[in-house]
Amino acid sequence: MSAPSDNMPVVEPLVRSKPLLIRHLPYFIAAAILVALAATMRFDGYILNILMQATTFAIAVFGLSVVLGLCGQINLAQAAFFGFGAYAVGLGTADYQLSYWLCLAAGCLLALLAGAVLGMSTLRLGGHYLAMVTISFQQIVTLVMINAIWLTHGPDGVSRIGRPDLFQSSQSYLAFCVAMLALVGYFVWHLSDTRLGRAMRAVRDNELAAGVVGIDVFRTKVAAFALSAVLGGLGGGLFAGGFAYVSPDQFSFAESVVFLTMSLLGGVASPIGSAIGTGLLILIPEWLRFLKSVPGLYLAIYGLFVILIIRYMPDGIWGFVTAGLDRWRTKAKTPPPAGALRLVPATVGGDIVLEVTGLSKYFGGLKAVDGVDISVRRGGVHALIGPNGSGKTTTLNVLSGLYKATAGKILLDGTEITTMPPHQRTAAGLGRTFQNIRLFRSMTALENVEIGAERPGNATIGDGSDDLLTERAMEALTFVGLGNRANEPISSFSYGHQRLIEIARALAANPTLLLLDEPAAGLNSSEKLELHELLERIASQGLTILIIDHDMTLVSEAAQHITVLNFGRRIADGESMAVLRHPDVISAYLGTE
Amino acid sequence: MDLALQLLFTGIGIGAVYALVALGFVLIFRATNVVNFAQGEFSMVAAYLMVVFAVDLGWPYWLSFLIALAGMALLGAIFNLGVYYPLRHRTFLPVIIATIGASILLANSVLAIYGPQPQVLEGWFETPGIQLGPVYLDSQYLLIIAVTVVLVIFNYWFFERTMLGKKLQATSQDKEMASLLGISVSSMIMITFIYSAVLGGLAGILVAPILFVSIQMGSTIALKAFAATIIGGFGDVAGAIIGGLALGIIETFGAAYISVPYKDGFAFLVLVAFLVFRPQGIFGERVAEKA
Repeated sequence: MSAPSDNMPVVEPLVRSKPLLIRHLPYFIAAAILVALAATMRFDGYILNILMQATTFAIAVFGLSVVLGLCGQINLAQAAFFGFGAYAVGLGTADYQLSYWLCLAAGCLLALLAGAVLGMSTLRLGGHYLAMVTISFQQIVTLVMINAIWLTHGPDGVSRIGRPDLFQSSQSYLAFCVAMLALVGYFVWHLSDTRLGRAMRAVRDNELAAGVVGIDVFRTKVAAFALSAVLGGLGGGLFAGGFAYVSPDQFSFAESVVFLTMSLLGGVASPIGSAIGTGLLILIPEWLRFLKSVPGLYLAIYGLFVILIIRYMPDGIWGFVTAGLDRWRTKAKTPPPAGALRLVPATVGGDIVLEVTGLSKYFGGLKAVDGVDISVRRGGVHALIGPNGSGKTTTLNVLSGLYKATAGKILLDGTEITTMPPHQRTAAGLGRTFQNIRLFRSMTALENVEIGAERPGNATIGDGSDDLLTERAMEALTFVGLGNRANEPISSFSYGHQRLIEIARALAANPTLLLLDEPAAGLNSSEKLELHELLERIASQGLTILIIDHDMTLVSEAAQHITVLNFGRRIADGESMAVLRHPDVISAYLGTE
Repeated sequence: MDLALQLLFTGIGIGAVYALVALGFVLIFRATNVVNFAQGEFSMVAAYLMVVFAVDLGWPYWLSFLIALAGMALLGAIFNLGVYYPLRHRTFLPVIIATIGASILLANSVLAIYGPQPQVLEGWFETPGIQLGPVYLDSQYLLIIAVTVVLVIFNYWFFERTMLGKKLQATSQDKEMASLLGISVSSMIMITFIYSAVLGGLAGILVAPILFVSIQMGSTIALKAFAATIIGGFGDVAGAIIGGLALGIIETFGAAYISVPYKDGFAFLVLVAFLVFRPQGIFGERVAEKA
């Protein structure tokens, strides 16, 4: 781990925002009113049942908005997790006379464990594995519910399910469920702006870049999946208490599909959308009861809905509404001006920041990188050049952990990082940009850079509070000249500016070594000049840069030291001008007679 | 020992069906990088088409068979135009959700038309089977194994020896380059969907006399076939076939020696074991995303 230098000033945010709870007071007031209404209004039994169903289902659908909406991972077993909660409360209170609260907690815990185990076995693999495994899991749970009669009563289901003493009447129990819904809704709504929520969104937008900015991708996905499972279990536990009877068909694959449709229809990205989708899909079938008289018909319509929503309204109803609102709302607020960016690269090791010895990467028989040594001195700009196919980008990918080295050793500031996954290398002080830009495209420039600033081990953000993060990110954006456009979405920036945002994202993390992968590619000549000037400003603060580029003018002017690769081997290394005059280098670039 | 041989025969027969559906999965995955979650419904729909023509209308078996396959070709084309093609430039998540939607639509449309009672479809042959030493060879199982062998050979010939097969391969490996070489990528994808729908349909028609023709048969077969592709190595044609056979055998033995009601669970257990210990499958290689 890198350590801050001794003269680090104490970080204090410039502006302190009001505490969250006060800013969100209107939400809690509205929620309290809803709970009060649920507790006092007179409903007939039919309406009460519909409200009970909508409330408990919405909690499970909130779970989907976490895993699918925030993190981009599919879960087709939400009904199974819902069933875990429901059967825990059902069997616990009816068969074993246990306390309702104990059963509810056990149900959530069971769902959490099942979700975590399922996620851990599958989430390292591609998304279609997860889809199939969750479907299989759903089928197994249904099989067990029907066949393990000694435990679950089989197809007969569980009846006479208890409620807590405090909420014996249906009306008070509904009020309790609404209160739970409001709490979960607040949690899910707020989650997207927490560290974990940002990590989830980053994983959804660009998994590779998320790893490289310091996010543990696998753990984030498992957390999202487990969280979604817990919310499923919680919804199910409340559901069981509400209806006093559960049976296996209520937790079948068809119900998982219903949950998915609810979430897609309303808008998977936000809890408001989830609530809208749940409400609509519970009410619409009630209005169109005749559809239920033909088995299969209403589910067929759900299937059609799923296809149509995905094609024509990918962000759901709420996404559609907010997009409309954004159009006539005033433009994004210009953020307050920020101070100068301070780069205080850690200095733990000696004179050499990056020491690469005997690094090799083979793809089958192809030796893309073959026994390369590189030592990057502290401070200044070091360039890695070579003709196309010489192994430059492969070297960079091995350095940042996207590829595993076949052989060799990598020391960053005295720490061995050869076998670390990308996010740990980032935590150890490595920053990088990509040749083909990898930003988190659904977020604003500021959010992208904030995620960079959040690097574990970044000493410039103090305790990592939201205010300090924003301030650090604003400084980095201002440093690259885009501070006044911080709140704009990535898609509104030109290619050259997106490159600068990527650099700002890496700088905000206060790295020890910055790897730039062909930063001049695709830039016009004035942008190249700006880039050159930016590199000088970065280097002048003592941050070491390792740059790969084809632009010889940029490389020869900016870099003090050059390493040249050809066919995966190092053919020259040394002070810039000497290397560029080296006959092997000239022949590698221009060919020999 | 006799029982084991009998089970082995049955396992290979049922495994051949999984292999056929798995082949359809793999073909679409290689052409589009998308897993088609409605692949199993293709089998189910084809089996119901057979029920319509051969049972309800009483038409000759061979004629119904041809009509059902033609119907599957049509369904494959509609599926491509309605579900995959409009989303081809989106990420994989919307596409798989759409194919899941299509699978629900197909299964429940058939349910709405035909009701939940399983239907019965006779086998192709009058003779129920032959006794070979200790093993009774059911004629339908023999047919399934024979058709699978023929199809595997055809598949090899088609993809390795014909121009169309090579164009399909080129498309699945690099769409942009293929289109620059004058291959019509959209028609190649169309052909892939039609071919996989027919393959899936064939599997459904073959297995229908063994199982009942039911709404659930699609999702059951699809899950097994998907497990088969993972066991074999995702995206690998030979892997899909070996995986399918292996799964058929494991499942048949599991049902005979361990538990019948949980028969469908074995596929899942094998699947999870592979995911944890050997996610690249028997033949597969793990491919890292390029930076």
